[in-house]
Amino acid sequence: MSDKKDITLTVNGRDHNVAVDPRWTLADVIRDHCGQTGTHLGCEHGICGACTVLVDDTPVRSCLMFGVQADGKKIRTVEGLANGDEYHPLQKAFMENHALQCGYCTPGFLMLATGILEAQPDISDDDLNEVLSSNLCRCTGYANIIKAVRAARDEMKAAS
Amino acid sequence: MKPAAFEYHAPTTVDEAVALLAEHAPNDGRILAGGQSLVPTMAFRLARPNHLIDINNVADLGKLTVEDGALCIGATVRHAQFHTPACNGVLGHLLTDVVGNIAHYPIRQRGTFCGSVAHSDPASEWCMVAATLDATMVAQSASGERLIPAAEFFETVMTTNLNEDELLREVRIPMLSDDTVYGFQEFNRRAGDFAISMTLVTYRLESGKITDPHIGVGGAEDRPRRIAEAEAALAGQTPGDEAFRAAADAAAAAIDPMEDHATNAQYRRDLTATLVRRALENAAS
Repeated sequence: MSDKKDITLTVNGRDHNVAVDPRWTLADVIRDHCGQTGTHLGCEHGICGACTVLVDDTPVRSCLMFGVQADGKKIRTVEGLANGDEYHPLQKAFMENHALQCGYCTPGFLMLATGILEAQPDISDDDLNEVLSSNLCRCTGYANIIKAVRAARDEMKAAS
Repeated sequence: MKPAAFEYHAPTTVDEAVALLAEHAPNDGRILAGGQSLVPTMAFRLARPNHLIDINNVADLGKLTVEDGALCIGATVRHAQFHTPACNGVLGHLLTDVVGNIAHYPIRQRGTFCGSVAHSDPASEWCMVAATLDATMVAQSASGERLIPAAEFFETVMTTNLNEDELLREVRIPMLSDDTVYGFQEFNRRAGDFAISMTLVTYRLESGKITDPHIGVGGAEDRPRRIAEAEAALAGQTPGDEAFRAAADAAAAAIDPMEDHATNAQYRRDLTATLVRRALENAAS
């Protein structure tokens, strides 16, 4: 039972061939077998959102998807956000607005926000609140995270 | 918090999927669709299926079309596909108004309509929609197809009329006439949380009187259902505070509420009365 399956997934533009045990979650595969440990695991049952990554540009909980299901998929994680030494507008906005403290939830919030701002660059403040309600942060009290994502939205719109 | 080992199957056709289900269901084989409810229960080891039959690669199950006066929703259609109207007319808008109440944005990208219906959590919005609008469930097994009316489908908490070798291949929701009005109300304490109670109401007017009322309640009882007593209180009445309060009170009296550590039966009754009244007010406005 549970023979390993060979899959190929692309993480931040690089192909990884992994022999996966079907019970491994996508988060485990990304962290332990693709070496991208920026994706954090909080609750491991879909509540906290810390493990949010983009699968084919859509934000999903990587603890609620099995690695074997990511065969042929394009995965983006927090390591892929910066362009060389240049931070992504969301990363800059998080720093400038004090939107992180301990930082554990930050990769999940960044990938959630990246996904929604790419899909809906003109998203309203209210709709943004609804989307951001998906993830948990125990440090900041959310106000600064919301402020940062709104600021990044405005900057990304102005730049486009 | 890691799922136990299982054998993984990835069929590409419905025939292959139901053949695998027939073979493995007796040995705790399950269908894996969006996985947004199943995988957490596996992480907790509350579920330890020996086989998972992943239907995400079955192209035929992605259909979302109107056929013979019903919106047909295939087994891999995601919640997020209802963020914009999935069909013309009143039903498309109704589903769009409801979908934002389902969990959270990333969950809605993976979770499926049919998976939610087959899982049959009492607090599932789609289960209540299916019950209120008299949806038909299409169950497919290796031996054929079976049509199950919503009124017979939901049995109790996470228990449906589906047999273990049946795949919920499709849900069909009758289209709503252009003169149908609707209201949806849900209450929970946190964004995206399970409904403590919720309601969907629809009706039409003929010569100023309410006709064909549907009043469904979910989250309050062990399964979602239409509340005949509330519908009877509304039928033939003129829309307004008096009729709406009578229907709301009838719904509250008719239900058999679940209780838990935070919510007693009387609270759920009061809440249900308030939600039904507000939903009827929304429908009328």
